Amino acid sequence: MIYFDNSATTKPHDDILETFIEVSRKYYGNTSSAHQFGLEADRLLRESYQQASQLLSVNPTEIIFTSGGTEGNNMAVKGIAHAYQNRGNHLITTEIEHPSILNAFRSMEEMGFEVTYLPVDQSGIVSVETVKKALREDTILVSIMHVNNEMGTIQPIEQIGRLLKDRRYTFFHVDDVQGFGKVDLKWKDAYVDLATISGHKIHGLKGTGLLYVRDGIRLYPLFHGGGQQNNRRSGTENLAGIVSLVRAIRLILEQSLHHQDHLIQLNQVLREQLNQISEVIINTPENQAPHILNISIPGLKPEVVLHALEERQIYVSTQAACSSKKNDESTVLRAIQLPKEQRNSALRISLSYQNTSGEIILFVQALKRIINELKQVMR
Amino acid sequence: MIYDHILIRYGELSLKGKNRKAFTNQLHENVRNQLREFPLIQINSSRDRMLITLNGEDPTEIISICQRIFGIHSLSLAIKAENDLVAIKEAALFALKDEKDVQTFKVSVRRANKDFPIPSQELNAIIGEHLLKNTSNITVDVHQPDLEVNIDIRKQHTFITSARYPGAGGLPVGTSGKSLLLLSGGIDSPVAGYLAMRRGVKIEAIHFHSPPYTSEGAKEKVLDLTRKLSEFGHDINVHVVPFTAIQEKIHREIPFGYSMTVMRRMMLKISEIVASRLDILSITTGESLGQVASQTMESMHAINAVTSYPVLRPLIMMDKSEIIKIAEEIGTYPISIRPFDDCCTIFVPNSPKTKPKKDKVEYYESHLDLTKELADLLDNIEVIKVSNSDQEDAPFNHLF
Repeated sequence: MIYFDNSATTKPHDDILETFIEVSRKYYGNTSSAHQFGLEADRLLRESYQQASQLLSVNPTEIIFTSGGTEGNNMAVKGIAHAYQNRGNHLITTEIEHPSILNAFRSMEEMGFEVTYLPVDQSGIVSVETVKKALREDTILVSIMHVNNEMGTIQPIEQIGRLLKDRRYTFFHVDDVQGFGKVDLKWKDAYVDLATISGHKIHGLKGTGLLYVRDGIRLYPLFHGGGQQNNRRSGTENLAGIVSLVRAIRLILEQSLHHQDHLIQLNQVLREQLNQISEVIINTPENQAPHILNISIPGLKPEVVLHALEERQIYVSTQAACSSKKNDESTVLRAIQLPKEQRNSALRISLSYQNTSGEIILFVQALKRIINELKQVMR
Repeated sequence: MIYDHILIRYGELSLKGKNRKAFTNQLHENVRNQLREFPLIQINSSRDRMLITLNGEDPTEIISICQRIFGIHSLSLAIKAENDLVAIKEAALFALKDEKDVQTFKVSVRRANKDFPIPSQELNAIIGEHLLKNTSNITVDVHQPDLEVNIDIRKQHTFITSARYPGAGGLPVGTSGKSLLLLSGGIDSPVAGYLAMRRGVKIEAIHFHSPPYTSEGAKEKVLDLTRKLSEFGHDINVHVVPFTAIQEKIHREIPFGYSMTVMRRMMLKISEIVASRLDILSITTGESLGQVASQTMESMHAINAVTSYPVLRPLIMMDKSEIIKIAEEIGTYPISIRPFDDCCTIFVPNSPKTKPKKDKVEYYESHLDLTKELADLLDNIEVIKVSNSDQEDAPFNHLF
């Protein structure tokens, strides 16, 4: 089997599964219990904050463990909007965000906030100038993803961070779910105030994630309850999930430190190979995130190609996995004004460091054969 | 080009005349001790500054560790260049470009080595011009520059530095003797310990433990607090005193309003015995005037009477909010607010006397015989050595 749908989700690493099992088995005490058993779990929780903070170069108090990307994004958008409502009513994001951002912003519009959705250029990148023009006196939040989940384009987070850094009440949130561990970004250096990551995109487990919130920023909580996590996210901590997430973070960072070029090389091989098939158009511009490549095969329905590949046990994706079952076309591809026939025939190949160039060659050979077969049928 | 050195400027100790040598030696030792996990570095101390040669170690972490060491005024990354104009120019340009968000700069040349052919003023202009020529959107501001590029021409080499990182100030720990810190687990006592250390005091800690009235969590909290404190200087011994029997007896035999005062007096008495055994000459507490019943003027008068040792109270005139601010800065606050009772909060009567009379306390105590309990207690003190390099939770390491 060749798995090229790593932006949808990744295969959990064995070590991470082992951590999850061991913590579930041995440290199931409630971290809030006063007895030794709860205490032990609490100690492990604190150690998790420590370890995560060191890995991410942030303070332990700047970490909120969540259930994943969707929660982190909702927590950031709604949390800032409600907490700083008295400072302003205006929010900014882009047209190419993940649905967990776009729909969170839509819900804020329903609550009376004004939202500006920034356009992107044809390569799928929002310009700093556009952000600058959209800023108003009462803008309290700018939320921009680091790496686009469908195209793999990298947004100019550092420049935008610099633009916003002196605005005390305009907070900068970055959805780093697709970028983290693949495209280097030091949140603090880039003046990012909040950042979302998700465990299952980095070979961790579903239901795990983390939101970074710079010290000094208030968040109106999504969940009210027993006051866990400094009152910012109530609910008994998912300790096994948390520890496994920290391990996933460690593993992916080690990976990107020691094998930085591996993904870049895979990307190069993939591009070179695909360039040899005249029917394939590569939609992702050069020098973007190494692990995501968006392509189109005009004239062929992407679902058909997907299933034909599937018969050969090769797994890719049409648009973003979470919306690919609906038949509406991709908002991202529309936002970058891709021609209609490219939009309607787009496939996403998303890699992991676990993939090999051998797999890429097999995939391209299979794709070539499928295109030839299908072309004969479709004619 | 990379920064290959860290330059450390001394704090107050530069002023200390004859004792200077003792101060620089102690600081040297403290720095070496805190940086023991970086085997490649070399540390050289001279009269007026300390120089760390990185030999490839990552400076970021070293700087952040050094920023916690007392006796340091400020630190800078430094490049060592040959006494040669081209090399100096190149290094100065690197030092300027390496800093983010710089709009204005100035150059300061110090020419200790008068053999260097170009006078300081002239060199100032030459370097400044070189920097202007090779950067864009950066100008000179001699009054309030964003960045000062320092060029220090010495006999053998020239050192180029730019950004300054503030040090922790204070005096090197170990230059002001030793004190026994009463550590409860609350917010105040670790801050008192920190301030004592900042003034050069080496500390040992004493903690009163009353199981089952206080939990293991309370003791652990104290050890975690101690570990935090040890980051600012040295390994710290915690003397854990089994206090249950004495507390129970006081609770039984002393009139309610006075039990707290008597308990405090016992704690101070025991601390004095422990201190004298360790040749420690003073006791440090986190008391702050008027904060609780035991910290009123009358209470302190009645409690302090049991010892002739100096009791250092660094927080005595501080507001709670100021104390909390320091606790947050030094990282003890989140540990202190963990919800475990310590021995001071149990057995406390609803209305302890805020104005106890010393003679009354002494009268009540005269009927209280704690000889046996005290002997037992002193035989059973547990000493735990806490080091900042302790693997805090080694049993968990394999999980991460």
